[in-house]
Amino acid sequence: MKTTVVSSVVKMSADAPLSVRDITVAYHRKPVLWNVTLDVPGASMVGLVGPNGAGKSTLLKAIVGMVPRISGEVRIFGKEYHHHRSAVAYVPQRESVDWDFPATALDVVMMGTYGQLGWFGRVTKKERQAAHEALRQMEIEHLAERQISQLSGGQQQRTFLARALVQQADLYLMDEPFAAVDAATENAIVNIMRTLQSAGKTIVVVHHDLHTAREYFDRIVLLNTRLIAAGKTADVFTDENLQKTYGGKLTLLEEVGDAMRRRDRSNSP
Amino acid sequence: MNFVAVTLEFIAGQTAAVPLIPRSWAWRVLTLSDYNTRVVLYGTTLLGIAAGLLGVYMLLRKRALLGDAISHATLPGVAATYLWSVSAGYEKSLALLLIGAAISGGLGGLTVLALRHVAKLREDAALGIVLSVFFGAGVALVGIVQQDSGGNAAGLEGFIYGKAAAMTAEDAWLSGGAALLVMLIVWAIGKELQILCFDSELARSQGLPVLLLDTLLIALVVGVTIVGLQAVGLILVIALLVIPAAAARFWSDSLKQILVVSACIGGASCSIGTLTSATFAKLPSGATIVLVACGGFAVSLVFGSARGIVWQGLRHRRMRDQQDFQHFLRFAYEYLESQNNAGPFIKPGSVPIALSHLIHSRTWSAHRVLAVGQQLQKLDMVVMRPDDCIELTKRGWLAARRIVREHRLLEMYLLRETDVDLGQADRDADYLEHGLMPEHLMDLDEAMRAESLFDVPASPHPLLPETVASDLPSRVLPEQGKTA
Repeated sequence: MKTTVVSSVVKMSADAPLSVRDITVAYHRKPVLWNVTLDVPGASMVGLVGPNGAGKSTLLKAIVGMVPRISGEVRIFGKEYHHHRSAVAYVPQRESVDWDFPATALDVVMMGTYGQLGWFGRVTKKERQAAHEALRQMEIEHLAERQISQLSGGQQQRTFLARALVQQADLYLMDEPFAAVDAATENAIVNIMRTLQSAGKTIVVVHHDLHTAREYFDRIVLLNTRLIAAGKTADVFTDENLQKTYGGKLTLLEEVGDAMRRRDRSNSP
Repeated sequence: MNFVAVTLEFIAGQTAAVPLIPRSWAWRVLTLSDYNTRVVLYGTTLLGIAAGLLGVYMLLRKRALLGDAISHATLPGVAATYLWSVSAGYEKSLALLLIGAAISGGLGGLTVLALRHVAKLREDAALGIVLSVFFGAGVALVGIVQQDSGGNAAGLEGFIYGKAAAMTAEDAWLSGGAALLVMLIVWAIGKELQILCFDSELARSQGLPVLLLDTLLIALVVGVTIVGLQAVGLILVIALLVIPAAAARFWSDSLKQILVVSACIGGASCSIGTLTSATFAKLPSGATIVLVACGGFAVSLVFGSARGIVWQGLRHRRMRDQQDFQHFLRFAYEYLESQNNAGPFIKPGSVPIALSHLIHSRTWSAHRVLAVGQQLQKLDMVVMRPDDCIELTKRGWLAARRIVREHRLLEMYLLRETDVDLGQADRDADYLEHGLMPEHLMDLDEAMRAESLFDVPASPHPLLPETVASDLPSRVLPEQGKTA
């Protein structure tokens, strides 16, 4: 099965912030990502768009090595991810953690500095200042000492973003930062993304809202298990592409996956 | 290990002189003049500290029950080692038995991880399988031991139910070593453990070896468990890992403080439990320790300063009082405003406000109004007068002005941003204003473009229901209440 890859960057640049080659990921033999190839040029703001279960979050997780991939490779600025961890800040979905954990907003942001500190490294004034600065950038410095369980959803998301900021990465991977946040927080996040972009950073964001996607991102990746289209927002956001992404399900892939699972089951004693 | 025993005795200060007055056993226990009691006390207390620290991380990692599976999994190791050492002709050696326990306990822990990661089994299923299968195997092996060697095997039962009194100086040192090791590890890689427990996805994306850290935690649990086998037994050792940590959560919202409190609760329950069981000869040590820890948990649940029931109740009550204060003061201010007196600060006492107005405008009982008024008087915000009237003090007037301002801003904001009508906006603001945090006020000021921090905007609706003071009965309050 050959996939049609519409990528505006034809030549793979050696030091592109993110370059994904033929990634395939499956959970229990059901394909979640199928032969995805993608190049993200520097200083761009990329929206990763597709229906539920299209593998958007899985793509981010596969990039940072959190889910095993069946095939394919990932390059971060031309290197393998584990050689270039400090260049990447990954922001998980807000619901992925227990917000009842005994910590203040400042504690959570400080966790972003642990990677640079390394094993046995102690938090010093420098890290604390960096954390305060990040909180200030997200406009929640006054909440630094507040328990994370006492924060609103939007404030929790801002805390997560602040934690990504102190990582001082060059590539930001954000999993649904706009999910269930208030309008003010959404604005604050977009603003901080624009600031990062103008500082030459690259941001890849899993996003749901088609209307705002056009406005927020200068590049769009349409994903539905396989890559539908990737490129400049204006080029990619066509009716045809959206129809392909949201219209028919990928029945063939699903049927093949189901068939394989059935075969496995009947073969097992 | 003679040296160890001598050192311990030296540290504890030996009472060589025979006391003039013969003392009871309980007295000897409680004053620690008995050498054995001292050894057992030190041993169990250090164990409690180690388990308390470790338990916090196990609880936060949501793996509290893993300790239970591990402790049950130590039994086959103990029994198999015993069988082996007997058949090989060795003498029964505690160290060997504990090594056997550690190996099978560790195996049990790793089996849980393997069932989860390789067989993709749910955690509860994996725990259930490991716990029951390993314990079952252990029970079977103990049965064989009993057939083979009869009474000699009774020693093994001490591992199941615990027998702290049998602790030797070596065991105490082992406990101390375990406690020191756990403290050292928490001190050295506390931040790695914190990130692992809070956000394992971030930990993994930052390159922390999540599986290795989890394995380390399991190894520490195995260590604490085999030390605890002697004191509380394998069935109850889980209590030391779970109860102090769970209790500590009621006292603080800071991880560091929780660690300290949990270690203290663990150490205290073990020492109190040990002393109690040593004083009353028939009390088994393990069960006593667990019951004392449970008492500590109950106390924390009720009186804990962060999440205890009492404090939450008090906080709730204080919040309700605060609401009533705010309503009371707002009413007083609005009354003055309606009398066209609120502009610049009026001289205290110059305008009295009849309490009957307050009762009429809010659905308050006379009793409640009086109580709130008296509380506010204690805060130096109002002065209660003998004629069922109040006066605002300067302090009360300033507070009232701030409250009214916040209420009006919120009301106007609701009117502008939502499509509620005037009455609904007033009621909503009535409710919402008590939840205003400083940052909300800042936002509100900005949204409403409030001119200055002190200006009170005019109310968007008429202030007082059209009642004339003379319509109301002049004395609505019970006679006895107002003199307080």
